[in-house]
Amino acid sequence: MNSTPGPMNFSHAGAAPSVLLTGTSSDAHTWNLVYLQLVLEEIGHTVANLGPCPPDELVVRSCLDLRPGLVVVSSVNGHGFNDGLRLIRALRADPELAGTTVVIGGKLVTDGLRNVGMVRRLTAAGYDRVFDDGELADFRAMAARSPYRAVS
Amino acid sequence: MTTAPPSAGSPGAPAAGSASFGAFVARAYARGELVVQPRMGFGDPGLMREGLERTRAAEAVTVGTLTLDSYTRVNDLPAARRAVAEGVPLNGYPLCTHSPAVSRDLLDGVHGPRFPVQVRHGSPKPEHIVAALLSVGLDATEGGPVSYCLPYGRTRLDEAVASWRTACAMLAAAGGTTPDGRTAGGGTAAGRAADRWRADPRPADDEPASPGDPVRLPHLESFGGCMLGQLCPPSMLVAISVLEGVFFARHGLRSISLSYAQQTSPAQDLEAMAALRALSDELLPDIDRHLVVYAYMGVYPTTRSGALSLLEAAARLAVESGAARLIVKTAAEAHRIPTIADNVEALETAARAARSAVRRPPVASDLDTEVYAEARALVHTVLGLHEDIGEALLLAFRQGLLDIPFCLHPDNAGLARSFIDSDGRLRWSDTGRLPLPVTAVAAARKLTSADLLTALTRVQRTYDPGGIR
Ligand code: B12
Repeated sequence: MNSTPGPMNFSHAGAAPSVLLTGTSSDAHTWNLVYLQLVLEEIGHTVANLGPCPPDELVVRSCLDLRPGLVVVSSVNGHGFNDGLRLIRALRADPELAGTTVVIGGKLVTDGLRNVGMVRRLTAAGYDRVFDDGELADFRAMAARSPYRAVS
Repeated sequence: MTTAPPSAGSPGAPAAGSASFGAFVARAYARGELVVQPRMGFGDPGLMREGLERTRAAEAVTVGTLTLDSYTRVNDLPAARRAVAEGVPLNGYPLCTHSPAVSRDLLDGVHGPRFPVQVRHGSPKPEHIVAALLSVGLDATEGGPVSYCLPYGRTRLDEAVASWRTACAMLAAAGGTTPDGRTAGGGTAAGRAADRWRADPRPADDEPASPGDPVRLPHLESFGGCMLGQLCPPSMLVAISVLEGVFFARHGLRSISLSYAQQTSPAQDLEAMAALRALSDELLPDIDRHLVVYAYMGVYPTTRSGALSLLEAAARLAVESGAARLIVKTAAEAHRIPTIADNVEALETAARAARSAVRRPPVASDLDTEVYAEARALVHTVLGLHEDIGEALLLAFRQGLLDIPFCLHPDNAGLARSFIDSDGRLRWSDTGRLPLPVTAVAAARKLTSADLLTALTRVQRTYDPGGIR
């Protein structure tokens, strides 16, 4: 498929981003990404926003190229659990990304229920945190503690 | 609903008795009834069939929907296959994964002249989907080269335009027409376009559509009225819908519909529908067509009462503005994929609200509006760019003459910005390079995440109990 090969929106051209923000391979939603980029920038991060529907290889390659301190995966289309699981396995399979902080959040399943088994499987596969739909305050606090944040 | 004398029969209206989607809607419109339609899709064929059956049985004039899942939309058919094999819940029906026999069984005895079914997908490159739907005996679908590209991922706009040319040709060929609208048989340009696509082996195990059925009139709806779901000024929505309609017509479709989604101001919505009607009358005179209203496509009220009253407002908008069809949203919208029961409730609620609304006959002053002036300027500027409508659309986006606010897609200029004005109307805060009178009221201040959320949740807060906060 011929598609856009890199990030769709950078906070600061040229600078290495402190956060890589991305959708999941099957998810076309973007308002979540636009919103989370603003949230992250407001707490001092520089953000490379990969945009919607990135194939897993694009996320892996972007992590290797940009070396973000924090990777934020957002999905709301209901496939987030399935796509997120596949993505984290691809990321963690690369030894250079074994230590990168990666978190995921949004509406990850189709039934709107928070499901303990799902959170356990996502963390077991390598996510450092799984955020529920409404856990934005926790997310802000976590992102603000990230040591890679640019000083603002 | 009470009606003004019917005026549905546009010049190219299909004959009564035709099995087509367009003809079904036209007949309901002539009777003064609003057709209501769900956005329903499930991975499991049994559940999908039950969903269609209960849509058909609902107390409303309904058409059916197969909403496809996101893997099928992005043509990641291996992922769809794995999900089906492993029982992963999907957000829609995987039409290209279940065998054509399974899909035909699921439609058998449900889909027909009295209950046409439309396939809704959101795919910038839909050839595999069009082949699959034709192969199971369906011929109504939705989308467009712009409206199924910019909001739906990272596929380049020129690729989407090329794919949608082929997709239109495949649909048109199934109805026996060529891109220039002539009725023709086998070796036509349209047929060749479809053959070319079929010759390139893709995963869909399609079969050729049955050719030459005289009553088959494939239908294509533009999703242009829903760009990004929210915060796009109505004039742009109208313009994209009309331009995609022109694209469909020039690529051989003889039965189309144009959409508009309810936005932040009921008065502005009525103006937008009048503009959509006038521009489609002007530019698409000779084909079967109708207008579709979508219940609000942005952040939805979280409460049941809020969600249903927003839907009722959409039903009133549809009837008053002379739309023939309404796409509903359910009380589950803000939370999860709706169940069959959620969908039936929404269909019946909308039909009830429609019955108590009155179709307003159009009057000349309907066009004395900012929405019409802007939409007309956008449409005619684009049509003047190139004699080929696909090229014209590409040039327009490249030059920022069409520009969708908040769209991340790299083929969108991203210079234009919108805001909700104090009167509730959606307007341009920055017109960028749009061919419109210049405004740049927002340039002064950087948008914060809180500002964005306030705008995105405006409709939700208006309808959820407690009112606008
Ligand atoms: C607008 C919209 C669209 C637009 C999107 C345009 C675009 N480019 O963005 C359009 C119309 C194109 C669209 C399409 C589809 N949509 Co949609 N869409 C919506 C809608 C109405 C609003 C979403 C929105 O803009 N929210 C505003 C943003 C700012 O918030 P948010 O995305 O909700 O995210 C919040 C939280 O989840 C959280 N969050 C999100 N990510 C993360 C990540 C982290 C780390 C953290 C901490 C928090 C977090 O923060 C945000 C702010 O609170 C929602 C329903 C609703 N909410 O009312 C459905 C909805 C998200 N869509 C849905 C679906 C299924 C689809 C489709 C597959 C079609 C379909 N089957 O109905 C396609 C997508 C195709 C694809 N390939 O993925 C479902 C998802 C169901 C589920 N998860 O169970 C929803 C919930 C509707 C529904 N009830 O069916 N959609």
